[in-house]
Amino acid sequence: MAQKVYAGVTVDVNEEGYFTNPSQWTREIAAEIAKEEGIDLTEQHYQVIEWLRKRYESGEALSIRSINKSGIVDVKTFYQLFPGAPLKKATKIAGIPKPASCV
Amino acid sequence: MKKILILGAGTAGTIMANKLRKELPREEWKITIVDQEKVHYYQPGFLFIPFGYYKKADVTKPKQSFIPPGVDIYFRKIEQVIPGENKVRLDNGEVLLYDILIIATGTRVSPEETPGLKGELWHKNIFDFYTIEGAQALANFFKTWEGGDLVIDIADDPIKCPVAPLEFAFYADAFFTERGMRNKVNIFYVTPQSGAFTKPRSSKLLGNMLEDKNIKMVNDFVLSEVDNKRKVITDYSGREVHFDCLVSIPLHIGDPGLNDSGLVDEFGFVRADKYTLQSVDFENIFVIGDASNLPTSKAGSVAHFQSEILLENLICYIEGRPFTAKYDGHSNCYIETGYGKAALIDFNYDTEPLPGFFPFPGIGPFSLLKESRINHYGKLIFRWMYWHILLKGKEMPIDTNMTMAGKKTD
Ligand SMILES: Cc1cc2nc3c(=O)[nH]c(=O)nc-3n(C[C@H](O)[C@H](O)[C@H](O)COP(=O)(O)OP(=O)(O)OC[C@H]3O[C@@H](n4cnc5c(N)ncnc54)[C@H](O)[C@@H]3O)c2cc1C
Repeated sequence: MAQKVYAGVTVDVNEEGYFTNPSQWTREIAAEIAKEEGIDLTEQHYQVIEWLRKRYESGEALSIRSINKSGIVDVKTFYQLFPGAPLKKATKIAGIPKPASCV
Repeated sequence: MKKILILGAGTAGTIMANKLRKELPREEWKITIVDQEKVHYYQPGFLFIPFGYYKKADVTKPKQSFIPPGVDIYFRKIEQVIPGENKVRLDNGEVLLYDILIIATGTRVSPEETPGLKGELWHKNIFDFYTIEGAQALANFFKTWEGGDLVIDIADDPIKCPVAPLEFAFYADAFFTERGMRNKVNIFYVTPQSGAFTKPRSSKLLGNMLEDKNIKMVNDFVLSEVDNKRKVITDYSGREVHFDCLVSIPLHIGDPGLNDSGLVDEFGFVRADKYTLQSVDFENIFVIGDASNLPTSKAGSVAHFQSEILLENLICYIEGRPFTAKYDGHSNCYIETGYGKAALIDFNYDTEPLPGFFPFPGIGPFSLLKESRINHYGKLIFRWMYWHILLKGKEMPIDTNMTMAGKKTD
């Protein structure tokens, strides 16, 4: 398993850069991963990320279509915040595993 | 007399019924299994039906013949699971009680959830091949189709047998080439993934193969709706792909009978510990196969590997000991690539598919992450093994947990 340094902290990641230990995550780390993805995090980004983390911790499934349930953003805004592949980018920045991945 | 109740007599439930009956004394444990269907489908065989290589009779056998003596089978629909009361209600109102419940109800496709997917073109120009009906309808369609845009689209993850859509694409390429009409068929592989597959190495290999076979890939496409008039599929960001024939892998959900049990996530998959297979909510409930929310493939090989783990842990549970078996996410899939060849991948929670040989290091006979003829025979032989060895809970010549032996890591 690989390691990466974000905001001066060494974290465990898998071969695609997803956290394997979500408890190593901090808001500062999130900002640095986001930069790698070409995104400057706003408060709204953080709200989405925190919602995803909570949902992950409660064992709930994550998907693009369920983002409407967040009460924070709709699918369209979700794409604007994390362009291209919003769920993959947002979960990576949120320090949680890639969702419902088919492996 | 104590009771074990197994919900679902598909791949996983049938294996467990066989293994448990061998292990537990009949005078102490009553084992019951419930399924709504009398026929057992060999689902991997669905892939071959649209191309006319298999017929329905090649993939069906009566469920009854795989259930061992000493196990009661009910052919009924499960309507409700009430974990707090250790009860399961069937569609005729009958209530079954249990001391231990094993959920093995699998997953099903739910085309109804995507607007327009089950519209006027359903089974006319839009098909699925994850059901016997869909696979047969597509076989009929292909008989007279004159070509156009063939779009293979995965609505969203998770789906069962995540390599099956790729195999379908490879087969379609070979099929239309052999019929001398490949130049009239544009094949598109449309996927929510950012590559051909989830993990980097296999994704690269499979992506190259798509390219070599002139199959166009569209990535990060999460299906939002289907327009039957204009024959286009649209993703959530508004991108469109035109089709003349749409082969859809619809959204997958758990069985609706579990919906108000409190055991499942939003998609209807049972929330379980990914190492022990125990429900996170009730200690006397376990889950195996496609029905769980475990972050591994929904595949028959997974159900098989999990059955070894679950058996051991059930014995621990019955004897009041801590669990001793730990599932590592092991999955193993043949990938049919057309022209009598196949590739093979082997991986778990932590290790992506790597090249090498399987199951014997340096010898094989199967080669990992590489096309070969023998791999294809492996897949064909698998059907025989499925009916005669796997379902009956007999020993298979493969380790339960993944091994690094024979794999190249550099
Ligand atoms: C096209 C295709 C190709 C595939 N290829 C491969 C492959 O190459 N290799 C591989 O390993 N796997 C493959 N698979 C996947 C494999 O078939 C499944 O992962 C496996 O069958 C899962 O076993 P299961 O017991 O969890 O579910 P299933 O075998 O689907 O069994 C679930 C059972 O539960 C019953 N059930 C569900 N709900 C209820 C209810 N409410 N009441 C009563 N009964 C109910 C169903 O009738 C069914 O019999 C493929 C699948 C498909 C569709």
